[in-house]
Amino acid sequence: MSLERRAAMAALVADRGEDLLVVPGLGSTTWDLAAAGDNPRNFYMWGAMGGTAMIGLGLALAQPGKRVAVITGDGEMLMGLGSLATIGVQRPPNLAVIVFDNAVYGETGGQPSHTQSGIDLVAVARSCGIGDCFDVRDEAGLADLAAGLKTLRATLFARVAIGAEEPPRVLPEKDGIALKQRFRAALGVKA
Amino acid sequence: MSAPAWQDQLYDTLKRADIAQVGYVPDAGHARLIERCRADPGIHDVVLTTEEEGVALAAGAWLGGQRAALLMQSSGVGNCINMLSLMRTCRFPLLVFITMRGEWEEFNPWQVPMGSIVEPVLKLCEAEVHRVREPSEVKRTAERAVQRAFGDERIVAVLLSQQLIGKKVWTK
Repeated sequence: MSLERRAAMAALVADRGEDLLVVPGLGSTTWDLAAAGDNPRNFYMWGAMGGTAMIGLGLALAQPGKRVAVITGDGEMLMGLGSLATIGVQRPPNLAVIVFDNAVYGETGGQPSHTQSGIDLVAVARSCGIGDCFDVRDEAGLADLAAGLKTLRATLFARVAIGAEEPPRVLPEKDGIALKQRFRAALGVKA
Repeated sequence: MSAPAWQDQLYDTLKRADIAQVGYVPDAGHARLIERCRADPGIHDVVLTTEEEGVALAAGAWLGGQRAALLMQSSGVGNCINMLSLMRTCRFPLLVFITMRGEWEEFNPWQVPMGSIVEPVLKLCEAEVHRVREPSEVKRTAERAVQRAFGDERIVAVLLSQQLIGKKVWTK
């Protein structure tokens, strides 16, 4: 049982409000977020594989009044697995790390990822001290996760089982400076 | 043995610069500074499993309107290279203080290969690199690094020479 990735992304960011900041991982989750609708509070990633969760951590610590959702793929999360330990030490209450797990590296031709061999990302997150862990396999689970994200009160981790289908790419802005500036402008920050 | 005064000057410089997040991998040379950051409720001290996490942390902090600094040993520079692309592509500021190994009176030859290429590697990554050898240079150099990193939104590294830090004691 698995979910369709575009529908899953759309469900997570539906009626997001101005207090939800979203950092997708490079590749498919960035396309998924762009397909769900552009927003200056999205920081699309075109690189920096393995760093998405840590960008989310720095952002969550800097913006305690906002909710931060990292929504990345299994391959990207695996490259930064240590960051779950680092997040487990900090545990900001406004950070959600959500992994779309299709068990393959889609961007490079569908080679198997570690999760296909049974590596359990939810168990990793739990052992890193993240208390609110979701293993989402169906529509009901997705609805629970979307609700949990709306009322985020503690560091959350979720693995969302998605299919290995590859919907047409929806490419957002790729100028990193422009993405950074519009994101900061939307938050009204100066530093 | 009391910590040298330059480590406290480094902390004072971070405070004056409104650094609100400090990422680090535990390190003997930075021990005093890390201790002071950990004791400061105004600083999020973020212990990392590898230095590249700190690069991404600093990017996230800046997106959210906070300034971060990163503390590491010279060997950690090698762990950061690809993640530094994030800072270059998006022009994120990155302020890094690096304690050097593999140079003056190094006992451990395994520290030499990375230590010897820290400066050229950082320059290839378009970082501005400053080196400090004397305690009297620390404050002024750190202040300049702060100004350059956040004023110009670029990568600035301050290399703290092994000569400054002192050699590691291997037998107790």
